[in-house]
Amino acid sequence: MAKETARIALTGNEAVAEALRQVNPDVAAVFPITPQTELMHRFAEFVNDGKVDTELIAVESEHSAMSATVGASASGVRAITATSANGLALMWEVLYIASGLRLPIVMPVVNRALSGPLNIHCDHSDSMGARDAGWIQIFSENTQEAYDNTLQAFRIAEHKDVMLPTMITLDGFIISHTTEVLEILDDEAARRFVGEFTPLFTLLDPNQPITMGALDLQDYYFEHKRQQVEGMYNAPRVIEQVGKEFLELTGREYSFFEKYRLDDAECAIIVMGSAAGTTKEVVDTLRERGTRAGMIKLRVFRPFPYEQLAQALSHLKSVAVLDRSISFGAQGGPLYLETKAAMYGKTIPICSYIYGLGGRDFMPAMAESAFNDLFEGKCDQQMKYLGLRE
Amino acid sequence: MASLKELAKRQDIFCSGHRACSGCAPAITMRQVTLAVDKHLVAGLSTGCMEVVSTIFPFTAWRSSFIHNAFENVAATISGVETAYRALKKKGKLDAEYSFIAFGGDGGTYDIGLQSLSGAMERGHNMLYLCYDNQGYMNTGIQRSSATPFGAATSTTPAGIKIAGKQQFQKDLTQIMVAHDVPYVAQASIGFHRDLNKKVTKALATKGPSFINVLSSCHRGWRINPADSLKYSKLGVDTCLWPLYEVVNGVYKLTYKPREKKPLEEWLKGQGRFNHLFKPENADMLMTFQKYVDHKWNTLLWKCGEIKERPE
Repeated sequence: MAKETARIALTGNEAVAEALRQVNPDVAAVFPITPQTELMHRFAEFVNDGKVDTELIAVESEHSAMSATVGASASGVRAITATSANGLALMWEVLYIASGLRLPIVMPVVNRALSGPLNIHCDHSDSMGARDAGWIQIFSENTQEAYDNTLQAFRIAEHKDVMLPTMITLDGFIISHTTEVLEILDDEAARRFVGEFTPLFTLLDPNQPITMGALDLQDYYFEHKRQQVEGMYNAPRVIEQVGKEFLELTGREYSFFEKYRLDDAECAIIVMGSAAGTTKEVVDTLRERGTRAGMIKLRVFRPFPYEQLAQALSHLKSVAVLDRSISFGAQGGPLYLETKAAMYGKTIPICSYIYGLGGRDFMPAMAESAFNDLFEGKCDQQMKYLGLRE
Repeated sequence: MASLKELAKRQDIFCSGHRACSGCAPAITMRQVTLAVDKHLVAGLSTGCMEVVSTIFPFTAWRSSFIHNAFENVAATISGVETAYRALKKKGKLDAEYSFIAFGGDGGTYDIGLQSLSGAMERGHNMLYLCYDNQGYMNTGIQRSSATPFGAATSTTPAGIKIAGKQQFQKDLTQIMVAHDVPYVAQASIGFHRDLNKKVTKALATKGPSFINVLSSCHRGWRINPADSLKYSKLGVDTCLWPLYEVVNGVYKLTYKPREKKPLEEWLKGQGRFNHLFKPENADMLMTFQKYVDHKWNTLLWKCGEIKERPE
């Protein structure tokens, strides 16, 4: 295994670009948006230096980025693009079309707050806005995971039983612009893992012309949506299988979520993205003080692993769910609502915390205060905020 | 250039069985345009009448490959298809020769899709963008678009008591495309099928992007007899409202000059959407419209080198 990996220092954006270089996709559509820009700068360098064979389309908007990616993917090639925040929001319409046409597009999303007011820093409101678009959503804790998830995303999206577009996310600036040491596979090993792409259907088969994106009236639309659900339903098995193969290759384990000191925990926090690293530190500190704190880092938000999550949480006294986005008018953040639904019928108190909007730092004291609430039995129905001036 | 006899023997790519209205000029446009294709074809369509009538799942009127994405993005979509084609060719994974045509109605082209079209033309994809211009958002209930002519009554510009129809002139999209320095830009009409066929053949032979704007009446929106679709497609040209010309690498050329320039009224009369213009109180609107058409026509004649002096 050792000769197939190397340890290098890269930013999250560079690490994802590195994974994309190794995959060598056929077509990439590029449009800038902070904090994703650097990712595609790096990739464009690979294109212009001849390090990949990719045809790059420098489009005039994110809407066209996703539209061109749909066109390319429908033509039977590996097609990618990347975006953030308002860019993802501008793609929104076409995200549904990509999944509706069952196109295995892979798209890194560098998480950033949605306007307005304008803010370029991290939160998850962009991904959460797209959560019902029929895309698989995989969150990353750090640069290493952003790299690993990118490679795995192609295998998941392209699996014949799944055939759904997949976005992998990394927290804007916190991961995208922070240089970390990570382990990368050598090119050959990465390529072997991802494999060749053989499309199930393509516009460019001269012997078999096809019509894609037909008008779907009352008599078929519902059935086609049901088939998309089937793809999502099959995804967990594939995500697990791909994770296992990746473990064998790299020694790094990936599933729907990571349990951190959870098995003997009394109370736990659920969190996604870079905040997981901070929370782990807090769990360790609390453990040293003799408190039985635990954590779940959710990796796969779509499809939501509700059964496994409910199982993993079933022994706890109380749970705090930390959301980096708000669902206005709802009882809590999106992750909270999903967790609460997964735990329906169980009597464990679950409470909602909103943190880190617009790039507000997530400090250890914030995770600690949520844990304090749990251990003091102050887990109530009211949505709370961490690190907010009120 | 295929002869009419040869064309008649070609199998339609846009075939019968679609669900367009009888006498639908855009459907005739689709058929005539695709008849000129002699390679494999990927056709794209923006959301609109032609997509709706030709691909009702599980049926399709397309014998070529076909993709519909959304209303405003057919140019970007075909950009992606054409790029994938180049990628596959480069890697030696595909032998077949393909043409790429993006079709859009005037709503999807002049209006909501203008950015996507502009981007695709600027990037220089090897594709033809063909606009079937029926001068309104027809299948959604006949609303005005920026291609709707002055004075026309639509459901968003009704012939009211205070405001009589659309108050603005039609956007000159063909000129906007010329300004993109696209190597081949043309205006055509299904009333002149040989001319249209020639232009599509030329456009598809052009290396890089090309654009053709085709006047394609909508009898529902224009309030004309379905049997008169071709008549009005011809009259639009003969009244010089819709001149037939092409711009090859920036050089203008008229491809048809009416022997006798007919008064605009001949095109307007009989179209229910212009009935109110013939009321005495709207006489000035008729005049304004005729003056506008004259000026545009004379300017075009000057651009084509047909007259020496630039009209004022």
